[in-house]
Amino acid sequence: MTTFEAILLTIVTASTPLLIAALGELVTERSGVLNLGVEGMMVMGAACSFAAAVTFDSTLLGVAAGMLAGALMAALFALLVLGFAANQTGSGLALTILGLGLSGLIGAPFVGARRDPIAPVDIPVLSDIPIVGRLFFEQDLFVYASIVLTVLVGLYLMRTRSGLTLRSIGENHTSANALGLPVWRVRFWAILFGGACAGLAGAYLALVYTRFWSPGMTAGRGWIALALVVFAAWRPGWVLVGAYIFGAATVLQLHAQAAQFGVPSQVLSAVPYLATIVALLLLSIRHGRAIGAPGSLGVPFVPDR
Amino acid sequence: MKADVPPSGTPLVELKGISKRYGDLLANNGIDLSIEPGEIQALLGENGAGKSTLVKILYGVIEPSAGVIRWQGRPVTIGSPVEARALGLGMVFQHFSLFDELSVAENIAVALSSEWSLSKVREKLGEISRTYGLALDADRAVWTLSAGERQRIEIVRCLLQNPRLLILDEPTSVLTPQEAEHLFTTLDRLSAEGCSILYISHKLEEVRRLCRRATILRAGRVVATIDPRASSAREIAALMVGSAVGEIRTDAPHHPQGEMLRVSNLSMPPAGLHGQALRDISLVARAGEIVGIAGVAGNGQSELFAALSGERLPDRAESVVINGKPSGTLGIDPRRRLGAAFVPEERLGHAAAPSHSLSENTLISHAATEVSRSGFILMNAARRVARSIVQSFDVRTPEGDPQARKLSGGNLQKFVIGREIIRRPKLLIVDQPTWGVDAGAARLIRQALVDLAREGSAVVVVSQDLDELFEVADRMAVIHQGTLSPLKPIGEWTKEAVGLEMLGVAQAQGGVHAV
Repeated sequence: MTTFEAILLTIVTASTPLLIAALGELVTERSGVLNLGVEGMMVMGAACSFAAAVTFDSTLLGVAAGMLAGALMAALFALLVLGFAANQTGSGLALTILGLGLSGLIGAPFVGARRDPIAPVDIPVLSDIPIVGRLFFEQDLFVYASIVLTVLVGLYLMRTRSGLTLRSIGENHTSANALGLPVWRVRFWAILFGGACAGLAGAYLALVYTRFWSPGMTAGRGWIALALVVFAAWRPGWVLVGAYIFGAATVLQLHAQAAQFGVPSQVLSAVPYLATIVALLLLSIRHGRAIGAPGSLGVPFVPDR
Repeated sequence: MKADVPPSGTPLVELKGISKRYGDLLANNGIDLSIEPGEIQALLGENGAGKSTLVKILYGVIEPSAGVIRWQGRPVTIGSPVEARALGLGMVFQHFSLFDELSVAENIAVALSSEWSLSKVREKLGEISRTYGLALDADRAVWTLSAGERQRIEIVRCLLQNPRLLILDEPTSVLTPQEAEHLFTTLDRLSAEGCSILYISHKLEEVRRLCRRATILRAGRVVATIDPRASSAREIAALMVGSAVGEIRTDAPHHPQGEMLRVSNLSMPPAGLHGQALRDISLVARAGEIVGIAGVAGNGQSELFAALSGERLPDRAESVVINGKPSGTLGIDPRRRLGAAFVPEERLGHAAAPSHSLSENTLISHAATEVSRSGFILMNAARRVARSIVQSFDVRTPEGDPQARKLSGGNLQKFVIGREIIRRPKLLIVDQPTWGVDAGAARLIRQALVDLAREGSAVVVVSQDLDELFEVADRMAVIHQGTLSPLKPIGEWTKEAVGLEMLGVAQAQGGVHAV
């Protein structure tokens, strides 16, 4: 395997958790709810999946535990913002802080443990094609699943009745309520989906990317996922593109550090995060209001009954 | 739209003793109402009389605190709009229940049951559009459409469900006279086909044109059920308001003097994604007169207001001249110091800060000239100003110096208009002065505007309420897609001519503008 091939493979591995978490958040935001707790749900997913995987020696159970942890965190968030119509920004930030703390507690006994790598899916013949062969046809299951998920989310939002209902509720919850659409129910499931995706992304980080647990290991990836949704103007296809751009930035800066360009390594590690800020800035400069933003995003829903 | 004919003599729907309580307020108080099959009945009342509450109860959006609803003689509980639609109720909302970023077909499909696929909606949309002359393009995004077209979507959405009762809440408030007439024709036709219609309005002329029966609400109660054709507009208005409504005094002779405002060839690009550009607008307002700007919402009124008030600055200083001084590049406060005052359309959040007290809210415009010194607020002066506004403009406040949001719409509007008038401006520019305000407050506000002009100020009133402009304006122009028609004395305008300008038909035909 050449260095070039290796770099491409690590880019895929770095991009996949961003893609999964951002897709979940995209669905949540399309329903009109802004959940800033992605980082917290993701790190909980990482801790719980690693704990379960080591305890039961099962990757499958680990993944299930990660998704469940993310979904439970999201359910707590749903209780606050739907049940009590709490401020979504504050609740989301609280969720992130809670997740970072709680995951440290859950993961503490597992610091130092290691998991074996997951065997990639090897598609015979095709994976032997030089350079692109391994890139496209010998990835782990999660990578393929994340691509399929992108397509499914796109089809769901734009092609199904239930997706239309979700978009309508995100666009204008007052109108949706007046028409009798189930605003709370749809938002609850959208929030839960977002949480499960963030949990899955965390599980991927702990079980595939690093294969160990350390506190705060998500290292801001939840925030990048949030920025990706804005960057992509709330469209799944662009989330895919954006995730791979950010994934590439993360990996390339590591190689740039190794190559010693004379730039301080701290500056290079900041590149993906700077790119996030620049993406957000460009978007707001170009359009005044972020295009594609759901009309009711972040606004608590209180019907008059 | 065929309705099964219920046993003869049974009303289609009958409300008995409907009440709705919000805290101390009885929004509906023992309301009885019945609607016959095929009847067009009006529900009349002032803002806050309880009309919207009543129809929301009927449509299952809110729950009544007490009372019975009978549908074709059978008692029913309408727990949600879905149940209401299943019974055969359709509703066209006042503030449309549409989704701006979705297409017309998507907007319709989302309200229908799941057997309506997008392709089926498209097909039926074409059919209904042809039958009732309600032209709509299925794939256009709603935000690109005019208010009249948006209303068509709501109506078509109802008609696709074969309603027995169609409820329309203030349907003509956003329409041109021609669009309104088109709507009436559609309603007459639906009624002839057996569909009942409950028509909510406070415009008497329309009600007399459409309905044989009108139920009048005041303060949550039914005060009368009448035949609107057999009663005079004045009698009906008195029933709605509870006392005779006075006319505005405009009799004092006036001789417009110097130019207080000259706008020449003002052009501006649109501000936002869905904004309207201003194109080559010119107008003059002289001391002692009221200039009216008519037009359907979204044709550049708010953009024009922003350019006149200095919230958005045009490139050339000469494009806006206030009191003889080129002011196009001046901000809001310098313009205020030249003697101008501004009242924007949105009273809560734009004209007033909702969670600040009334005295703090005087700072918004008075800080330019008084109530602050060297950057410090003179709180006593501010309180004094607020008190005198409250007294002079009959602002009914809950307590001494309440937060702006504690005031009702009408009272807050009196406050923000009073706040500007009390500064004795030489030029007042006001956007939608009586929007959503009860008749009593509207009358007081219009009178105050007329009085200000008669005392020698220039007043520019931007309004979508044609009756209001015909009542107060000395000269008027119509804004359409960011272009202003010539400014003509009010006596030279007819409603039809205004309607044509609103639609942009007059420009297209040419020659109509003989000034």
